[in-house]
Amino acid sequence: MPKLTVEDLKRIKAQERAAFSLREGKFRAKVTVHMGTCGLAAGARDVMDALLEEINNANVTDVMVTSSGCAGLCAKEPMATVEVAGQPPVKYVFLNKDKIKRIFKEHIQGGNPVEEYALVVGSETAY
Amino acid sequence: MEKRPRITLMLCGGTGCIAGGSLKVKEAFEKELAANRLSDEINIVLTGCNGFCAEGPIGIVYPDDIFYEKLTPDDAKLIVQEHFIKGRPVEKLMYKEPVKKHAIPVMKDIPFFKHQVLRALRNKGLIDPERIEDYIARDGYMAAAKALLEMTPEEIIKEVKISGLRGRGGAGFPTGLKWELCNKVKSDTKFILCNGDEGDPGAFMDRSIMEGDPHSVLEGMIIAGKAIGATKGYIYVRAEYPLAVKRLQIAIEQARERGLLGEDILGSGYSLDIEIYQGAGAFVCGEETALMRSIEGKRGMPRPRPPFPVYKGLWDKPSVLNNVETFANVPPIILHGGEWFKSLGTEKSTGTKVFALTGAINNVGLIEVPMGIPLRTIIYDIGGGIKRGRKFKAVQLGGPSGGCIPEHLLDTPVTYEDIVQTGAIVGSGGMVVMDDLNCMVSVAKFFLEFTTDESCGKCTPCRIGTKVMLDLLTDITEGRGKEGDIETLEDLAKDIIAASLCGLGQTAPNPVLTTIKYFREEYESHIKEKWCKAGVCRSLVTFYIDPNTCTGCGACARVCPQKAISGERKKPHSIDQSLCIRCRQCYETCRFNSVKTGPRDMFKKEEPAELLEEVKK
Repeated sequence: MPKLTVEDLKRIKAQERAAFSLREGKFRAKVTVHMGTCGLAAGARDVMDALLEEINNANVTDVMVTSSGCAGLCAKEPMATVEVAGQPPVKYVFLNKDKIKRIFKEHIQGGNPVEEYALVVGSETAY
Repeated sequence: MEKRPRITLMLCGGTGCIAGGSLKVKEAFEKELAANRLSDEINIVLTGCNGFCAEGPIGIVYPDDIFYEKLTPDDAKLIVQEHFIKGRPVEKLMYKEPVKKHAIPVMKDIPFFKHQVLRALRNKGLIDPERIEDYIARDGYMAAAKALLEMTPEEIIKEVKISGLRGRGGAGFPTGLKWELCNKVKSDTKFILCNGDEGDPGAFMDRSIMEGDPHSVLEGMIIAGKAIGATKGYIYVRAEYPLAVKRLQIAIEQARERGLLGEDILGSGYSLDIEIYQGAGAFVCGEETALMRSIEGKRGMPRPRPPFPVYKGLWDKPSVLNNVETFANVPPIILHGGEWFKSLGTEKSTGTKVFALTGAINNVGLIEVPMGIPLRTIIYDIGGGIKRGRKFKAVQLGGPSGGCIPEHLLDTPVTYEDIVQTGAIVGSGGMVVMDDLNCMVSVAKFFLEFTTDESCGKCTPCRIGTKVMLDLLTDITEGRGKEGDIETLEDLAKDIIAASLCGLGQTAPNPVLTTIKYFREEYESHIKEKWCKAGVCRSLVTFYIDPNTCTGCGACARVCPQKAISGERKKPHSIDQSLCIRCRQCYETCRFNSVKTGPRDMFKKEEPAELLEEVKK
């Protein structure tokens, strides 16, 4: 293995930051995919996978993805709640892979909620 | 590209949690994740000691920061199904607030963690100690890079002097000054040494750092090595810390492979290699000159100072020996500056200190607090008070070299100067809390047994003197104490302190002196009344039940191995003295404080036959 230089140290640090922002709780946005029985049956798993893929591809490290149970609106699953820091949470309904990708680009990255997919502004609290 | 995990479970892999089964828990999680095809979405990291050892095995789930305690392999399925898949944190596995028993889900809200400030333990539970990349991600080796490439040895020393950092091993010698003295000595060979020979009963600060963040010790040593001009480094660890040895060894190999140890580190021109030297676990080898003799392959015995090791140390070459925690504190000082470091603590005791909190306290574990914090805050806010609601009696600081601090001094701030005033020492950070079930004469005897065993035998006052003191204490606890014993103990203690060469002998009488100072009446009741009021010394106690407060719950009768306790339900019980073996289980069990202790001879004044009649009635 070649000897490290200071530049190498900085590079390794930058590479590893992604995993660490999770542990250190530094987030710009939080996405909750509702994954109760209803959500899973309607395809929430695909939505989650697509979202994780997008985050990975975009090399974004400050977005937290979490899952939660049934949001109570089983008829409109798959659903997800997007909370961008400093903005009110937005609940999206009838999601699929393409919709969540667009939400990622426009809302999470761009800061503009995708109104046509949105149900309501607001969210239930966890715990 | 590797998929980035969405959730990380940090499972504690400290010695305590591993003993509690955390490796089996990890296996169960891995199996469960694989079964649910979540292995690449959820990451499990085995960390160093989390610190809250009483609640282990511990797992923390990020990003939610949910704290799970006392995990078993069976819990893996529940957490994966409920929390990881459905996003519902599992309440029954969370930490419970001790009074109202409601769950506290988030780690930083738990009082045990809330009052702590992590500096030496900055990577505690956040990194995998066996991955150097994890350490680098948390600014690891950036301080070494700065020190090696941008600073002169004098500038490093100046920064450490500004910080006010003092030796965390116990003596509290200013670290910067030690480095400066060694830096000024001219020699082609110098050594930088790390003291990982942690030997105080109940102390595990250095162990946790070596196990949980071994690279921080290496980085501190590299910086110190440059400051003094060291050509070689040794870490002295006792062989009874196998996990610490293993993780340090892995860390050294990783650093060597990457050129962070060895020739021309980071292209700076400075070279240093570090080796581990395993000690056999003799307490005296924590003393610097004895430690150096031990590394030389000789019998570990201290030698007179001067010459001080900074002039003539290992193999008579200039050497600096610092403690594990001292080294772990160095990298942040270089990165953030000495002024940053001394923003916490008091004028003469700056920064933070790690303590191993143990004994009769609710939250046993490893803590790091700012210097100057009152003992009371540590014991009641962080420690969660005394177990089973019992009464605080004393806190023992500094291990066998330290002393017992009583309740009326609990507001003493934890600084080197203030603790010395009480007769104890800050020491390396062992903090043993004792409740009213402890006999202070027995506590003093316990520590003296330890030092008598561990005395290397070089100095007669320490070798013979501690033995004579121990014999006197044994006599007192077994009922053979006599008038004048306390004075003899004090007299002997003074001689041992004055005439011993090293810290072991000079401090060995401290536990006896402080208990005499603060609990003299206990010694006196042992000697004069033949009464151990805490009911510990079996030959000096009679247990009896107070009929006025006994509720007749029968708890004492159930635990009595001799079936010596009898009585009707809901009526006062009594103890048959002829059967009682004074195991004191009834005394510890009674929740109404109705089992009392009396002097050895309390019933013997009466005729035994009469007494027996009375018991029968």
